Amino acid sequence: MGRYLLRRLLIAIPSLLGISIVLFTVLALAPGDPFGELASNPAVPPEVRMALRAKFGMDDPVLLRYVHWLLAMLHGDWGFSFVSRVDVDALIWQRLPATLFVIGSSQILALLIALPIGVYAATRPYSVFDQIASTFAFIGFSLPTFFTGLLFILIFSIDLDWLPFVFRSDLSATGWRWYWEEFRQAIMPIAVLGMFQGASWTRYVRSAVLDVIRLDYVTTARAKGLREGKVVVRHVVRNALIPVVTLVALQMPAIFGGAIVTEQIFRVPGIGSLLIGSILANDTPVIMAVTFVFSCLVILFNLIADVLYGWLDPRIAYR
Amino acid sequence: MVSADKTDKKQQTNTGLRRNRESRMQEQALRAMIARVKDGGMSRRAFVQRMVALGVTAPMAGLMLSHSGVAWAQSSSSYKPTKAGGGGALKLLYWQAPTLLNPHFAVGTKDQAACRIFYEPLAGWDADGNLVPFLAAEIPSQQNGGLADDGKSVTWKLKQGVKWHDGQPFTAEDCIFNWQYAGDPATATYDVATYKDIKVEKVDDHTIKVLFQKPTPFWADPFVGVRGMLIPKHLFEAYKGDKSRDAPGNLAPVGTGAFKFVDFKPGDLVRGEINTAYHVANRPYFDTVEMKGGGDAVSAARAVLQTGEYDYAWNLQVEDEILKKLEDGGKGRVQIVDGGSIEFIPINSTDPWTEVDGERSSIKTKHPSLSDKAVRDALNLLVDRGSVEKFIYGRTGLATANFLNNPTRFRSKTTKWEFSIEKANQILEAAGWKRGSDGVREKDGKKLKFVYQTSINAPRQKTQAIVKQACEKAGIGVELKSVSASVFFSSDVANPDTYPHFYTDIEMYTTTMTEPDPALFMNQYASWEVATKENKWQGRNITRWRNEEYDKAYRAAEGELDPVKRAALFIRMNELVIGDVAVIPVVYRPSVYGMAKNLNAPLSGWDNDTYMIADWYRET
Repeated sequence: MGRYLLRRLLIAIPSLLGISIVLFTVLALAPGDPFGELASNPAVPPEVRMALRAKFGMDDPVLLRYVHWLLAMLHGDWGFSFVSRVDVDALIWQRLPATLFVIGSSQILALLIALPIGVYAATRPYSVFDQIASTFAFIGFSLPTFFTGLLFILIFSIDLDWLPFVFRSDLSATGWRWYWEEFRQAIMPIAVLGMFQGASWTRYVRSAVLDVIRLDYVTTARAKGLREGKVVVRHVVRNALIPVVTLVALQMPAIFGGAIVTEQIFRVPGIGSLLIGSILANDTPVIMAVTFVFSCLVILFNLIADVLYGWLDPRIAYR
Repeated sequence: MVSADKTDKKQQTNTGLRRNRESRMQEQALRAMIARVKDGGMSRRAFVQRMVALGVTAPMAGLMLSHSGVAWAQSSSSYKPTKAGGGGALKLLYWQAPTLLNPHFAVGTKDQAACRIFYEPLAGWDADGNLVPFLAAEIPSQQNGGLADDGKSVTWKLKQGVKWHDGQPFTAEDCIFNWQYAGDPATATYDVATYKDIKVEKVDDHTIKVLFQKPTPFWADPFVGVRGMLIPKHLFEAYKGDKSRDAPGNLAPVGTGAFKFVDFKPGDLVRGEINTAYHVANRPYFDTVEMKGGGDAVSAARAVLQTGEYDYAWNLQVEDEILKKLEDGGKGRVQIVDGGSIEFIPINSTDPWTEVDGERSSIKTKHPSLSDKAVRDALNLLVDRGSVEKFIYGRTGLATANFLNNPTRFRSKTTKWEFSIEKANQILEAAGWKRGSDGVREKDGKKLKFVYQTSINAPRQKTQAIVKQACEKAGIGVELKSVSASVFFSSDVANPDTYPHFYTDIEMYTTTMTEPDPALFMNQYASWEVATKENKWQGRNITRWRNEEYDKAYRAAEGELDPVKRAALFIRMNELVIGDVAVIPVVYRPSVYGMAKNLNAPLSGWDNDTYMIADWYRET
């Protein structure tokens, strides 16, 4: 096990290097200029922009810039944003709480929807409940979040005027009122994301349970005279959840990455909106840092999923 | 050949003389008008509007009046509250979020607006081009001895008793520091051009003298308006030059403004609270201010106009039809502020399809068909500005032949617009452009076919379609091209699709005249500003249009100290560009803001939208 982990970690190093090279090159080749705004402003002489480019090392060859970036990254220096001139890690830390809260809650909501519905639907396949659940699941993951988001805003904010549609990271209320306000402003983005994710997970849970429920050991359990509830929870779901757990683990990096579209629609100040803001402003250090951290997390959670898999299913051995 | 050349020259001198005369007549007309303002026959506002109509900025019109002895108008503020505070929270929504709070680094208007909540300049520009004092005790003029006769220095008297938010006094030292800080290229400020060539001397603790290297007609640039916001010396002194990025003050401003800093999350939120020691009595009305950023313009408009979640929304670049629908919600109103942005079609005077020394659109070439004035005239007749205004922009884009088409009776004869396919056909026919078998006109084997590029943006694509339709009826083939905005407006030297490369026959974008002085705006037709490979397409003359008289007028305006003469020169330059159809203006685009029904907020197109935030209040 230890050797396996070590080997996987060592393999991760060249993959991360490769990823960073690809990201860096793509960003270097992409059109646009973080100081483009200076170019279209007649009051700013071109020399200012040239000086800034030189100062921030943007005129150096790509290879040199990459080496600089890599060395700084190894020292824990993530660089600073060209646009706000703030350190990138500070920016990311600032955005992390909102993202963790909104996306994390939405994933929990998704699980809360997917598990009971998926399991119940699988125990009664092709029943009316299953048909309805499947229909809604298909609708759920077919509708893009930008559509449901706008729909929610139109219904709950504009027609009914119940909920605010601008997410604020600085609610002035205190105590219980604060929780209430936070709940009110977060419920729409959480619901939009949670239902989208929940819909597709419902399908996964259903099919995973269906695979297991017809196996002989389940029949044996039933033959022993166990109650149906116990059979499903103890014997079916435990085994059926193995693929679902890996699926959820692989989904974890997305929690960090945020939901770009949904964050933009509801103005949630999370990592997703930081990424899209930086892309629009051609703020390469921030784009680079966010995407790189994201790829690190993908690799890390892949590893975690593999390890979890073995822990859940002892038949799998590490070599 | 020789004789032809001679007649050409003769004609040129003749037209030159005539134009000189025109410029003088212009000047006399201006003086007559100023006299009417002086004796009360014409309102100050009407004068300014006429000047803007002629392509002169409002601030310049203000300077003309001041120079001619008409006193600066008292600020037109209608501030009613009788005590400071008690107004609750003011919530501003900017669909582009502020990213930094140091005014000397603030490139975007959103950043400048955020800075203006905390920082103030010596003076700012109101909507009518008046200089409004903020940290200055009075506006310099000849009468009060503030302006030197040789145009080489300005003396500013600073307001006494002003304190920074941390209690330190504001003095002349702070002004001098700002000049040193911003003027140092190592600090890498965006306003370095304003400060690097001047000198600032301290006369006493509350008087400074700004010295220019040469006579400067537009003296109200350093310490004024957007680029004039002042940061405190005692907090930034240690962070001059290379260390500028490390200053804690970059993210936590300490200014003199009506609001004190509370909290800032770059790209998301800025918060401030009332400055109870503000140097203007009874201000501000609001207790806190919050500027939320991000999202998109339509939903920002919605949050102010329809649901009333926010009090104010910035720069609503939204189709007028949608704005009108949202206004029906009854929670807010749209406010339109005149500035100087014009959506226009530059016409390439060089050949974009022939490569010379590694660049297309080289000034060594001439456009095969657009160099024919008849073709340009025809194109000008084929741009249906009326429909563009009516069907696309509505209140947010007014048809214009000039820099402003209003008021009609002052519209100059040479700069009126017309839409007539018939006339365009006649002109082309008369100039020898005959229709070919495919319906496209041609002459000497050259076909009238143009590539028309712009950035990807729904109203622009609709405008392209309107122009294309009319052109095809007149036998001009048009191929439309749209380029992603991040490419089109970038300064990427290697990308041929940017607007300064101009590797097509015609293109379209918005040029802004928010600078208070038109000199910066008008240099985009000066021959030395031509964008070429040599200057990495940094030159501002994108059309590559060159005209000797224009250059002369521009040079003359640079050193002309009499603002009236100077304005006459600018009006003339404007006429030259429009008269020769170097560009085709399409619509004039004022700035559009959303405002809660009961919010009273003075805005100006010549300064930041938050420049008067101390005067904002809610009517009850």
